[in-house]
Amino acid sequence: MTSSPEPEGSQGPVARVLDAADISRVVGRISHEILERTNGPADVVLLGIQTRGVPFARRIAVRMGEIEGAEIPVGSLDITMYRDDIRLRGPRPLEPTEIPAGGLDDRIVVLVDDVLYSGRTVRAALDAISDVGRPRAVQLAVLVDRGHRELPIRADYVGKNLPTSLAQSVRVHLSETDDVDEVLVLGGGA
Amino acid sequence: MSVVLRSARPYGEEPVDVALENGVIAAIAAPGTLPAGDLEVDAAGLVLLPGLVDLHTHLREPGREDAETIETGTRAAALGGFTAVHAMANTQPVADTAGVVEMVWRRGVEAGHCDVHPVGAVTVGLGGEHLAELGAMADSAARVRVFSDDGVCVSDPVIMRRALEYVKAFDGVIAQHAQEPRLTQGAQMNEGALSGLLGLAGWPAVAEEAIIARDVLLAAHVGSRVHICHLSTAGSVDIVRYAKARGIDVTAEVTPHHLILTEDLAATYDPVFKVNPPLRTEADVMAVREGLEDGTIDAVATDHAPHAHEDKDCEWAAGAFGMLGLQTALSIVVDTMVRTGRLDWRDVADRMSVRPARIGRLGDQGRPIAVGESASLVLLDPAASWTVDPTALASRSRNTPFAGRELPARVVATFLRGRPTVLDGALA
Amino acid sequence: MRHLLSTTDLTREDALLILDTAAELARVTDRAVKKLPTLRGRTVVNLFFEDSTRTRISFEAAAKRLSADVITFSAKGSSVSKGESLKDTALTLEAMGADAVVVRHQASGAPYRLAHSGWVGCSVVNAGDGTHEHPTQALLDAFTLREHLGDLQGRRIVIVGDVLHSRVARSNAHLLSTLGACVTLVAPPTLLPVGVETWPCAVSYDLDEALEGADAVMMLRVQNERMNAAFFPSTHEYSRRYGLDTRRAALLSDDAVVLHPGPMNRGMEISADVADGARSVIVEQVTNGVSVRMAVLYLVLGARAEDQGGLLPAAEAVPA
Ligand SMILES: [Zn+2]
Repeated sequence: MTSSPEPEGSQGPVARVLDAADISRVVGRISHEILERTNGPADVVLLGIQTRGVPFARRIAVRMGEIEGAEIPVGSLDITMYRDDIRLRGPRPLEPTEIPAGGLDDRIVVLVDDVLYSGRTVRAALDAISDVGRPRAVQLAVLVDRGHRELPIRADYVGKNLPTSLAQSVRVHLSETDDVDEVLVLGGGA
Repeated sequence: MSVVLRSARPYGEEPVDVALENGVIAAIAAPGTLPAGDLEVDAAGLVLLPGLVDLHTHLREPGREDAETIETGTRAAALGGFTAVHAMANTQPVADTAGVVEMVWRRGVEAGHCDVHPVGAVTVGLGGEHLAELGAMADSAARVRVFSDDGVCVSDPVIMRRALEYVKAFDGVIAQHAQEPRLTQGAQMNEGALSGLLGLAGWPAVAEEAIIARDVLLAAHVGSRVHICHLSTAGSVDIVRYAKARGIDVTAEVTPHHLILTEDLAATYDPVFKVNPPLRTEADVMAVREGLEDGTIDAVATDHAPHAHEDKDCEWAAGAFGMLGLQTALSIVVDTMVRTGRLDWRDVADRMSVRPARIGRLGDQGRPIAVGESASLVLLDPAASWTVDPTALASRSRNTPFAGRELPARVVATFLRGRPTVLDGALA
Repeated sequence: MRHLLSTTDLTREDALLILDTAAELARVTDRAVKKLPTLRGRTVVNLFFEDSTRTRISFEAAAKRLSADVITFSAKGSSVSKGESLKDTALTLEAMGADAVVVRHQASGAPYRLAHSGWVGCSVVNAGDGTHEHPTQALLDAFTLREHLGDLQGRRIVIVGDVLHSRVARSNAHLLSTLGACVTLVAPPTLLPVGVETWPCAVSYDLDEALEGADAVMMLRVQNERMNAAFFPSTHEYSRRYGLDTRRAALLSDDAVVLHPGPMNRGMEISADVADGARSVIVEQVTNGVSVRMAVLYLVLGARAEDQGGLLPAAEAVPA
């Protein structure tokens, strides 16, 4: 999730920290790392967190498939109903949750999101997963880790560690949803 | 005690000084020419009218003293410029005997804020089946001349015919609450597109008009007079106009709220806007204004209907029918009829005092402003405006539909046979 | 959306948000764990002044699946039946800390009054008020129709029966029109409200003609008390002129569906073979009711903080 508390328009300077080539390299590296850590793709299921975790997960699944010559199960997870801030932020439209046909039981589930920030989204995702099945292990892959964790959660695979200030916000654009591949840091002195 | 009103404008016309003494108007003279009275009232800029007469007031006593008493209701009346009110018969017990009407009449005299003329029930217990002892009520100390089952329609045509005939013996009048009961079973609001949308049972105009049509024909047939309470639809105005053109002895009243409010207010589901007959459409409002202007409608009558808080602070269907009216009536008439150029001050006196007094056969009310006439008068400030605060009204209840509304004209003083009941806008 | 009182308050976007949310939530029903933690710690009160086991159970299930605490007051066995006023009951609920109240009441407008009188500060959901509206029923009907017909834009839907007294008809007429459907009301003229020509629907007295090629038909229940109140001469004549039987069902388009808000008078407004036939989606309506009510509770309760002035800046961040 890339939600950030700053309203649009108060951005100040904009810095592009990853471009399309960088993102493509990240996808390749994380794909290799996952295969390495999980000893091959046999039990791996990728679950992208709505919204931008989903195209990112699909890209990783495709790359893993190319490397291994096998189809990697990939799905999507909407964690809206598991959020702890509904009272504060109000309701949002739900996005589809698609669990691959084989389910999650006894699988190694790799949660995939675009930005790791407070960790609350991941916490919600872990709750959501436990209502759907009982994986053998759950790992986490993110495109960007911008720090400022509020929960004891860390990523297993990180595209880029991005030290940011709380005044800044991080925007991930992926061509599937935004017509362009890039990661921007807005505001502060980035 | 003598009172001198300085520079008052009778019927809004040229300023004069008016002296009140021994219950009558003792002198009318050019400003500054009369000797000082015991009480001097600076009436510069104020309009002087004969005291207002209400043909239709619910004072709730006996029975619902939690909603209103004769004391509180007549205070509201005096503050509203009234010097006489007709107290409707639907009390508990019903005013269907000489005993009850005399009790109401006596309480009115004791309160002293305005004359209280009890209306007698037409039928025993408002049951619609047996004529009440109309003659006994007419002969009582209360000298009842207006009879009504108001709240309920005298729907049985035979009973209505007999009542119309019977009251001829003492020059009485039947005031009909025109509501065909079968057509209005469970009815909650005016029937139309809005009632269909809101899912509230509709109250068709025809349920009022059919009874009025029947009753003017009955009155013509038996040669009696009939009065139509709170007429509310364009069709009713047409029927009364037709009847009058045919020489039928019919009179009619309209309430202030039907001169200004429309059914749209039902969409709030707030029972403060629930009233019988229901608020109607804009076209009906325009038609009753027209009827009042051309004299088809004789009188404005408040249908002042106080209700306890819990009877209005509820869902629509559970709410009681009725609205307060005594303290806002004159302002609503000024707003809807004077400011729009439909009535001048003489017309206001005619519709709110002269004709209602004549219909009720009240000898010393609704009299001209002339030397020797009874000194029941009201002084009002036509240039003032005020905002309706339900908690500031004299009524024991709060169910005014005009809360928060700014209204024109304010009653400054009221005199009942020369005695001030209201001075400087407060009870004297 | 702080309250759900009437379908006339819903824009097309609002309605689609509810229906799309319900569609996602419906999938939870297929899981092993049917519960979501969304409304944990929130209290939903079901206040049923009029007995309706079906609707009450549906709302209870919806609230429980969202982990809300549920308190039910129903007509039987509580102060509600002893003539306690709506206001007094509401004040009790407020004191109990209700976050939302789901109200069924015999008086049209009672939920509106509850929401606007200042008696309570919580959200109000109309679970059927008098002869006014039953918005969640209409939403579940629309949900069911969308499952079968897809987008309702331009679809022809016929609603048959006692429109005058039916809150289901009122809610559906407006909601389905908002969703782009062409709605035709069919009833004897005695059972159509005055002013129905101002509704966003066509009106017909001829059921055969209206059914010809229609995509769906919704049969309304004829209440027993109407049968002896001169709205129509006899149940036999009603059934013959306005009942749905196999011959009439055959006039519908090929993929058409038959709905009924229940409970049915089999043999009266609908014949048993049609009620239980292949086109009938009456059982699905019940299942879909839970998902739709979950969506409504989620959206209504989630709206609270925002509508009360908000704890966040007005320009809440949108995911980039
Ligand atoms: Zn009346």
